[in-house]
Amino acid sequence: MRKSIAIVAFLVIFAFLAGAAVEMRPFGEPDQSAMDDHFLGDTQERHQVNNVVTAVLFDYRGLDTLGEATILFSAVSGVLTVLREIKKDEKEEEVATK
Amino acid sequence: MKYEMSRVVRTVTDILVVPIIIFGIYLIIHGHLTPGGGFQGGAVIASSTALLVIAYGSFGKHKKDLSSLESLGLTLFILLALIGMGSTMFYNYISGTGGLFGGTLPSLGINPGYINTGGTITLMNLMVGLEVSAALSLIIWMMSKRSGMMEPEETISPSEEVEK
Amino acid sequence: MSWESLLLMMPYITVVLLMVIGLFTVLFKKNLIKIIMGITIMQNGANLFLVSLAYRSGEYAPIFTSAESTDMVMPTPHALTLTSIVIGLATTALMLSFTIMIKRHYGSINTEDVRRCKE
Repeated sequence: MRKSIAIVAFLVIFAFLAGAAVEMRPFGEPDQSAMDDHFLGDTQERHQVNNVVTAVLFDYRGLDTLGEATILFSAVSGVLTVLREIKKDEKEEEVATK
Repeated sequence: MKYEMSRVVRTVTDILVVPIIIFGIYLIIHGHLTPGGGFQGGAVIASSTALLVIAYGSFGKHKKDLSSLESLGLTLFILLALIGMGSTMFYNYISGTGGLFGGTLPSLGINPGYINTGGTITLMNLMVGLEVSAALSLIIWMMSKRSGMMEPEETISPSEEVEK
Repeated sequence: MSWESLLLMMPYITVVLLMVIGLFTVLFKKNLIKIIMGITIMQNGANLFLVSLAYRSGEYAPIFTSAESTDMVMPTPHALTLTSIVIGLATTALMLSFTIMIKRHYGSINTEDVRRCKE
């Protein structure tokens, strides 16, 4: 039962993705690019920076980067919490209190 | 000795770690001129940690230092962003003012670029590089420790505690 | 649909293949490591989709230092892809450390075995 539901879901999603890929506009001809053209023309004058991707990353869309750095920080906190160490004497104390 | 690899691997590691770290620093400080930046350079620096861990099987007791570096990088990043709050967050208040990081490009359009331009973008590259290198080093260190690739200390994991 | 137009759509077809392979792995495999590999393949499909949306025919990377022309592809999707790569890395690290703990806790990384509750 579970397996048949999984197969049906897989086929439906595959059909939708394939249909979307066929209906996409041609590769290499994006539709709306006013914002990106503004970035390309404005970056050098305003930030004195040659790498436009860095300028978008750290200035125009800096809040995205802030969220990303926070996600990395919290992921490292999660890894350190999951894989933490418990010292032997602490563990004996915990067993004694139980 | 069980966790160390052979003398050949250790010697090559000793030779290669310094160029890897220098290449990472190059990627970080040229992040506003060439392909690269804080994230990529930080990942390259963290790969030297992976090399050390695999070759030697130990990394010393630098967990506190790495945690401090990571927190320092994130805090300085947020601080740099907040100083510009006079107009908007992440406002580039150093660019074009002259002095360190405040230089101007030789010309608009295609140009070779100078390294002391960019203002907060260059500084934020440095901060993010600090954070990412420390964070990925911590992840590699903890995971190789817990999966038995490094010599264990006198500790046990929480799950073993549950078993007993 | 001719072969040439199909060849022009090749990046989108590759995206669909990556997503479908990742989805198949997540749905039908029982090994936790394989499921994580499937999730990573899906992440790569999403990244490839973003980058291929940014491309404009015959133009250069948006870096002025050694470009040959100032006709450049769109920079914003590239920046978003960079964000997405780092987030994928963080979530993969978290998933792998959970897998390490599951292996220590249950002695197995098969989803059939780790389903029972611990008494």
